[in-house]
Amino acid sequence: MSDLVRLDAASLAAEIAAGNLSAVEVAEAHLDRIVATDDRVHAFLHVDADGALTAARAVDERRSRGEELGPLAGVPLAMKDVVVTRGLPSTSGSKILAGWRPPYDATVSARVKAAGIVMLGKTNMDEFAMGSSTENSAYGATHNPWDLSRVPGGSSGGSSAAVAAYQAPLGIGTDTGGSIRQPAAVTGLIGHKPTYGGVSRYGLIAFSSSLDQAGPLTRTVLDAALLHEAIGGHDPADSTSIDAPLPALVTAARDGARADLSGLRVGIVRELSGEGYEPGVLAGFAAAVTLLTGLGATVTEVSCPHFSYALPAYYLIAPSECSSNLARFDAVRYGLRVGDDGVRGLEEVMSLTREAGFGAEVKRRVILGTYALSSGYYDAYYGQAQKVRTLISRDFAAAFADCDVLVSPTTPTVAFPLGARVDDPMAMYAADLCTLPASLAGTPAISVPCGLSDGLPVGLQIMAPAQADDRCYRVAAAVETAVAGRDGRPILAAAPPV
Amino acid sequence: MPSISREEVAYLAKLARLAVTDEELDTFAGQLDVIIGAVARVGEVAADDIPPTSHAVPVVNVLRPDVIRPSLDRDEVLALAPAAEGGRFRVPRILDEPE
Repeated sequence: MSDLVRLDAASLAAEIAAGNLSAVEVAEAHLDRIVATDDRVHAFLHVDADGALTAARAVDERRSRGEELGPLAGVPLAMKDVVVTRGLPSTSGSKILAGWRPPYDATVSARVKAAGIVMLGKTNMDEFAMGSSTENSAYGATHNPWDLSRVPGGSSGGSSAAVAAYQAPLGIGTDTGGSIRQPAAVTGLIGHKPTYGGVSRYGLIAFSSSLDQAGPLTRTVLDAALLHEAIGGHDPADSTSIDAPLPALVTAARDGARADLSGLRVGIVRELSGEGYEPGVLAGFAAAVTLLTGLGATVTEVSCPHFSYALPAYYLIAPSECSSNLARFDAVRYGLRVGDDGVRGLEEVMSLTREAGFGAEVKRRVILGTYALSSGYYDAYYGQAQKVRTLISRDFAAAFADCDVLVSPTTPTVAFPLGARVDDPMAMYAADLCTLPASLAGTPAISVPCGLSDGLPVGLQIMAPAQADDRCYRVAAAVETAVAGRDGRPILAAAPPV
Repeated sequence: MPSISREEVAYLAKLARLAVTDEELDTFAGQLDVIIGAVARVGEVAADDIPPTSHAVPVVNVLRPDVIRPSLDRDEVLALAPAAEGGRFRVPRILDEPE
């Protein structure tokens, strides 16, 4: 493996800006790494080598003309396939969109390109982002670079595996109930779910519109902040986009790296612990709390009583929204059409197409959402879940009156074996236990590696109030520094070579 | 007693335009029964006087200026459709009688 691919994004950008490395050689090194490893990892659904090299040459030409380059110019990126990219396959992990090459770019894609970031290709994911293991992809599972017999998390498991396997230093994921943070935790990466409305949803293939958010997956906190600043901020094309400047995320990450959290009030959420949590995860979390205390933070325990209901509320709200969103796959305007023999009517063609194009988990959620929204059940299920959502937001508000950030494990377990949960939906859903409250409340949360359990990474989740994403980055950077100081190396350095 | 029957699942699949197979119905009915049993726990929370949240971050309708701007290219979009004819999407038969 070329040493070049071990560099983080900030270092690569600095070397490119200084002329010590060309963007083309950086892109080539990562493309070579993909060729050398992706038969085992299967992080990518589509590698766009020509496009990547063209984008890299453009960066090198701009530099040779003396143009000012952005802080990530020339750095390679792995893009989750749920984000549409003009002219490139964008399947969202589904057969129903096989062969579709969208006629436009998502705002996230456009901003990545405008920043001079070099997109290497599109990464695997659970179909329509529904899953926690990437096994629900229509195109085969992705393998965790730490242990190829285990899952890389999901739904952004292609991006997490790509970044953890040094195929790219930057990854884009999307998080509806934990799909950035959980993959980050089980692959030893940083993953941040922005405040809802902080990153444009324009051009994300919609799953649950009141929850979906795109965000960074990286190997360092600073890289995550740099990528978040590149893709975030107001977008008139998304009516739920927040019309206010982003907090100073890169500044917060640099400030946190000085490893001083004096005066910071940290709350441990009592409800995100206990039964169902692996001892190794709880030990890693306890060690992280010790680090926070050592960094000068004041740590107390807080209770958020309604967090226990986040899982049932989420698995009513998200399927309800998905059953509505996926109605757009009607076999008329794009994607698959099955059974159109000139005799069958529209309704039958539509039903045959959706039957052939959707996988089992998508069908389960569409049926569940249809049930929860149907008359007679609406108040008891969807309506009641929305009220619980209010109560979860109130729990956060009460906790943030006394705490600057809240912490918990990111996941109840380390990466589980491939196949272990595919036939048991409720066991799969339990992987989201800790990440769901922040999703429902629309608040930002980050996962940062804090330890190992039987040789597999454990993530610490740091949650902050809405639009205080900078706190997540500051605290995560301090933990990152403290962990490296404690262990003598970053967590990811413990991963065996792929 | 299950909270959802195989027949109900079949009806919901029809509403959702999913031509599910008999095997799928057997599997989904059992799984959905377990899932609905679990998510029904939201009913344990006393929330009669609690307002529902649809979006966690307050949003209001956003209007854009009413000006003409380029749309997607028609030919490019139609080339991506499963079937097109005469500059339009071609749809399967929508009336009862074949022509």
